[in-house]
Amino acid sequence: MAHKVDARGLSCPQPVLLTTEAIKNTGQSEIEILVDNQASRENVGRAAESQGYQVAVSEEMDEDFRIVIRKK
Amino acid sequence: MSSRNIFATLAGIVAVGVIIGILAPLLQYLGNPGNMGICVACFERDIAGAIGIHRAAVVQYLRPEILGFVLGALAAGLIFKEFKPSGGSAPMTRFVLGMVAMIGALVFLGCPWRAALRLAGGDGNAVLGLLGLVAGVYIGTLFFRKGYNLGRSYKQSIATGLMLPGIMLGLLALRLIFPPLEGEDKSGILFYSLSGPGAAYAPLAIALAIGLGVGFLAQRSRFCTMGAIRDFILFRQTHLLAGFLALVVAAFVVNLALGQFNPGFEDQPVAHNLFFWNFFGMLVAGLAFALAGGCPGRQLFMSGEGNSDAAVFVLGMIMGAALAHNWGLASSPAGLGDNGALAAIIGLAVCLAIGFANLKRT
Repeated sequence: MAHKVDARGLSCPQPVLLTTEAIKNTGQSEIEILVDNQASRENVGRAAESQGYQVAVSEEMDEDFRIVIRKK
Repeated sequence: MSSRNIFATLAGIVAVGVIIGILAPLLQYLGNPGNMGICVACFERDIAGAIGIHRAAVVQYLRPEILGFVLGALAAGLIFKEFKPSGGSAPMTRFVLGMVAMIGALVFLGCPWRAALRLAGGDGNAVLGLLGLVAGVYIGTLFFRKGYNLGRSYKQSIATGLMLPGIMLGLLALRLIFPPLEGEDKSGILFYSLSGPGAAYAPLAIALAIGLGVGFLAQRSRFCTMGAIRDFILFRQTHLLAGFLALVVAAFVVNLALGQFNPGFEDQPVAHNLFFWNFFGMLVAGLAFALAGGCPGRQLFMSGEGNSDAAVFVLGMIMGAALAHNWGLASSPAGLGDNGALAAIIGLAVCLAIGFANLKRT
């Protein structure tokens, strides 16, 4: 079960901050992040890549975006 | 990769920085004030003067660039399906942060965009402003690390998302109905300056076109001067920073080419050389921008995307500008306003209070 981060409705830099904290604190190899705008989607993907993760899933879900990142 | 947005790449953000860096000095060449090709704070202040909510005679002009920023971002948002009306994340706090940001910026005499343009024009005082900006944003990141958060925003109606773009469209209509009249300080209901920075402006069509273009590109690329510094301090990310630096370098080269580069600290256009207050004013503004999640430009672009929290911040800035000139808080080339130092100190206290009061975990 992937660790989940719900960053919908949060403004910069919260989505990235919550993602990097989840990476650091849980150490899980798979993390799922929900965001509600395209800019956050890009930022989370960019941050994950810089932390040794890759974006496995990045899909639109109704009004939001679901991103799954996996450790490389 | 997470998207097909070419402007979200490194090359994309650098290209946008270079384009802004070319267009801003060009606007100066075409009539805008010195080292003020684009200054979000100064131009919102001029708009406040144009509609008469302050009556400082030298800074009254309804700047088309600002209207263009919002409407260009709106166009990009609509075309790329990123117009998503949202709001409800501590709007009153954002209003106050906008006021404080503007007051701090007017103690320095410029927003982060102008600080970059002043540097690119050779104004050494800009170095103090940029150091202050970094210091203010750094303090902001300390709050973020401790859990500072203004809470979630929620989906709003399309009508709500269109409120600020609608106001901008209305202002544009006023500018067209009441154009400046030779030798007159008023045209219909709009105020104009007969001298000073408010009387220096590029032709309407060019200023509006550049504003629209920059708004469009900045929406696509998420260009943000505060975020550039914040992301580097928080995450060691250089993405936005690359765009900001590209702007400075491009503007420097264009200034050299146009003969607009005049290195020094004395007699710089629309600037004073009080080192400490240049630093401190921008520190206060930088902290306010950080706590509100975006530089003044980015707040306009997000407003165009339908973000009413950003729109409320913009209105706070315009209110701050009105108070700054009505109450003698704004600096001038002669130095600080009568109450500028006190206002900046109170502004810092307000930011710190907001920071501490919103430490929480979502």
